[in-house]
Amino acid sequence: MTAVAEIMDYDEVLRRFDPVLGLEVHVELSTATKMFCGCANEFGAEPNSRVCPVCLGMPGALPVVNGTAVESAVRIGLALDCQVAEWCRFARKNYFYPDMPKNFQTSQYDEPIVFDGGLDVVLDDGEVFRVGIERAHMEEDTGKSLHVGGATGRIHGAEHSLLDYNRAGVPLIEIVTKPITGAGERAPEVARAYVTALRDLLRSMGVSDVRMDQGSLRCDANVSLSPKGSGEFGTRTETKNVNSFRSIERAVRFEMRRQASLLVNGSEIIQETRHFDESSGETSSGRRKEEAEDYRYFPEPDLVPIAPSREWVERLRGTLPEMPWERRKRVQEQWGLSDEELRDLVNASALDLVAATVDAGAPPSEARSWWVAYLSQRANERGVELAELSVTPAQVARVIELVAEGKLTHKLARQVVDGVLDDRGDPDEVVAADGIEVVSDDSSLQAAVDEALAAQPDAAEKIRGGKVQAAGAIVGAVMKATQGQADAKRVRELVLAACGQQ
Amino acid sequence: MTSTTSGPEGSGPTELTGLTASELAAKIAAGEVSAVEVTRAHLDRLEALEPAVHAFLHVDREAALAAASRADEERADGTPPSPLAGVPLALKDVLTTTDMPTTCGSRMLEGWTPPYDSTVAARLRAAGVVILGKTNMDEFAMGSSTENSAFGPTRNPWDTDRVPGGSGGGSSAALAAFEAPLAIGTDTGGSIRQPAAVTGTVGVKPTYGGVSRYGLVAFSSSLDQAGPCGRTVLDTAMLHEVIAGHDPMDSTSVDAPVPKVTAAAREGATGDLRGVRVGVVREFGGEGYQQGVRDSFRAAVDTLTSLGAEVVEVSCPHFEYALGAYYLIAPSECSSNLARFDAMRYGLRVGDDGTRSTEEVMSLTREQGFGPEVKRRIMLGTYALSSGYYDAYYGQAQKVRTLITRDFEAAFAQVDVLVSPTTPTTAFRIGERVDDPMAMYLADLCTIPSNLAGNAAMSVPSGLSAEDGMPVGLQIMAPPMADDRLYRVGAAYEAARDAASEVPLLDRVPRLEVA
Ligand SMILES: [Zn+2]
Repeated sequence: MTAVAEIMDYDEVLRRFDPVLGLEVHVELSTATKMFCGCANEFGAEPNSRVCPVCLGMPGALPVVNGTAVESAVRIGLALDCQVAEWCRFARKNYFYPDMPKNFQTSQYDEPIVFDGGLDVVLDDGEVFRVGIERAHMEEDTGKSLHVGGATGRIHGAEHSLLDYNRAGVPLIEIVTKPITGAGERAPEVARAYVTALRDLLRSMGVSDVRMDQGSLRCDANVSLSPKGSGEFGTRTETKNVNSFRSIERAVRFEMRRQASLLVNGSEIIQETRHFDESSGETSSGRRKEEAEDYRYFPEPDLVPIAPSREWVERLRGTLPEMPWERRKRVQEQWGLSDEELRDLVNASALDLVAATVDAGAPPSEARSWWVAYLSQRANERGVELAELSVTPAQVARVIELVAEGKLTHKLARQVVDGVLDDRGDPDEVVAADGIEVVSDDSSLQAAVDEALAAQPDAAEKIRGGKVQAAGAIVGAVMKATQGQADAKRVRELVLAACGQQ
Repeated sequence: MTSTTSGPEGSGPTELTGLTASELAAKIAAGEVSAVEVTRAHLDRLEALEPAVHAFLHVDREAALAAASRADEERADGTPPSPLAGVPLALKDVLTTTDMPTTCGSRMLEGWTPPYDSTVAARLRAAGVVILGKTNMDEFAMGSSTENSAFGPTRNPWDTDRVPGGSGGGSSAALAAFEAPLAIGTDTGGSIRQPAAVTGTVGVKPTYGGVSRYGLVAFSSSLDQAGPCGRTVLDTAMLHEVIAGHDPMDSTSVDAPVPKVTAAAREGATGDLRGVRVGVVREFGGEGYQQGVRDSFRAAVDTLTSLGAEVVEVSCPHFEYALGAYYLIAPSECSSNLARFDAMRYGLRVGDDGTRSTEEVMSLTREQGFGPEVKRRIMLGTYALSSGYYDAYYGQAQKVRTLITRDFEAAFAQVDVLVSPTTPTTAFRIGERVDDPMAMYLADLCTIPSNLAGNAAMSVPSGLSAEDGMPVGLQIMAPPMADDRLYRVGAAYEAARDAASEVPLLDRVPRLEVA
């Protein structure tokens, strides 16, 4: 591939091309056991401790389908508004790879269990974009290779490789979108919003941990460009294993710009797999598709076809939890949120956390304000997801309660929350450890008030003259003097009283 | 090499090794003889004869005697686990065993002892059957002569210059040499029935799914079926009941009661086949079949008629495409099933000297670990499944398979069982067909349709061919899960055959020289 000397400006890309996306999301199901054997489906166990003859592909071993995985696949399909196949089979996808014990992956090929659906995705400004779902199918995960001795942990240059088959045979659902067209400049945002929405949906269903950082949610992004208005699909590239929601957006945007730069120079897009580099924000060439193997799919003879009865499918439909969009609507009504407030809440990925905080006894407005404002900012500073902060909804609810009881001021409350975020224990423990308490003892406050009034005679005079707004400056000075530990409301009362205004 | 003699100094079966499994079982149950004595007699005989026959790849004398001793203890406690408790058996080396290697006749798995027992082995052990050892076979069950074993061919006890059939030639030879009274085979295209036919023994391919495939190292998953082998129909039936039945570890296992095959064999032995409709497959047994095979088949059909069966001719027009379809489906599945032999986790590893990449080690291992026939089929199957060829080959073969199944359904709407010769010829000479794969493949011409359709089929000895004195087999086929019909008809035929002969067939097995 020739290097792209000058990468095209994004607006210029959009003037010349329409982007077409296809997103393939792999989701590891959180079933108790693997897809085709009884081994525990656990992340992070001692290498090769969750294996048996079946998932090691020992000669003679045979697969038996995990019924819960099939159930999850059907439920996911129903949640994605898909049709459920009346009859479908597994197929073997044949290729040699050391981390795949049988050297074929038991997957589904032309007979997916669910197909033809869609997911409504809410964009940042509240606009709804429907992403069509082509299909979702069941398959098994591979093991993991660890290359030892090479500089980068990659196979090239490694002295030897270690194989861990704990993940081999873990149930996967691959969800494939229809070609996403018409998103225009918002294509990267649609890609991110779609995967985020899918994550929220799957989490609410309890079928997967959907952790991108642990690989239980993985996204491959197919990107191609179509000359503006031509309606013709261009050659696509597939960017693999993009590891965060933000990276999906960045990878799609970069690929659009890279491809456009090549196309306007008369170069061809090579159909290939590309890798996204988090630090540079760029994609680089991986395996070329033309060198890729012919997978020689054929129906898996070791398994019998699956024919989900319509009664069973309807029964599963009845077990679907409230869908995220239904829930958003309900929450908006119950909490009396404006569209904008709801959007902020959703964009901050704070809905679950706020709801849990409300469930723990906090008023919705306070809970929302903590998560969307203060804690979102903290998460940003730390570069983590909101949900990954080490403060729980119950702890936030406790802080809100302490404020309501007058035991903490807002400022002190933030101090307490910071203590919790620093893993210094529960709010009450932080309060006790730091000796944080609201100064509401009038005698000590009175001295501070008198001092402040003496220091600002002009302000004091105005208050005495009836300009109560001027009290703010005195209150501020008192708060400063008491290092924020005073109850501002009480300070104000004392200031006004001292000036004869009460 | 001719190692047979007919003199009294040759090694005929002893008092114990000459008995059938049902006779041995009865004597053991009655306390007339111990399982240890029976086992020791068979071990002694097989150790003496193995240099001439080479039916076994692995024999574990101590383990067999220990298993026999357990069977004796259980009998003494009054809790024999099955009617075959204490009876020895030869197990085809394609079924996994935790206490013995499982090589599938391949260098690839030389010395590999599996970490788990196949369901068949586990059921045999649970029934108190004594496993003497693992029998020789064509590599990964691909072949019709046992010459494709990486560990040397097995010889036919009737004439040690001839093959014992394949792939399960070790099991059939062990039976014909009286080294074991029972054996287990597996049948993908005829690997139980064809060896049975050419060694004068009984072999049954049960209905697909009738016996668990868990632990049966796969050649072609949609065709492979383990089954019982014996010297008599009744023995085979008793073994059938030990190994058959639903297994949750095999998704393709049939979840239905096991047909009452032992009762059917006993009923058949009364010699009454009135009311049984027998269809002679028109397409099999004509041109191209050895004269002795045709004569034997015609005589067998006459015998069935004389027993009261109503015999009609039926046509199965698509059977002529069976061989072609089989040689696309079986290699296709095998190309995928055998992909796992890559030197990474078990078995042979070649060239791992620190200078080669993983891919090079994989490829060197497969190059050196597989024999020519296995490679031929892997390549054939890889090609047949390739993009652009799938529809023309694999897809088309599956359609033929459907048509063959329909032929069977139409036939079984008219008759209770179908009959044909089991093989077009008697046992050929060692080396005669090794350079001619097509000639080798033709040995399974009559047996393949039942694998493609998944129905039950048996080969029962139908005498000796006049021109070479070698055994001929009668194939009986029944609808899926009607395995009992095979045993009823087979036992009736067997009884009539022995009644018409001066000496029972198996008493005519030549005496082999003791090593
Ligand atoms: Zn497992």
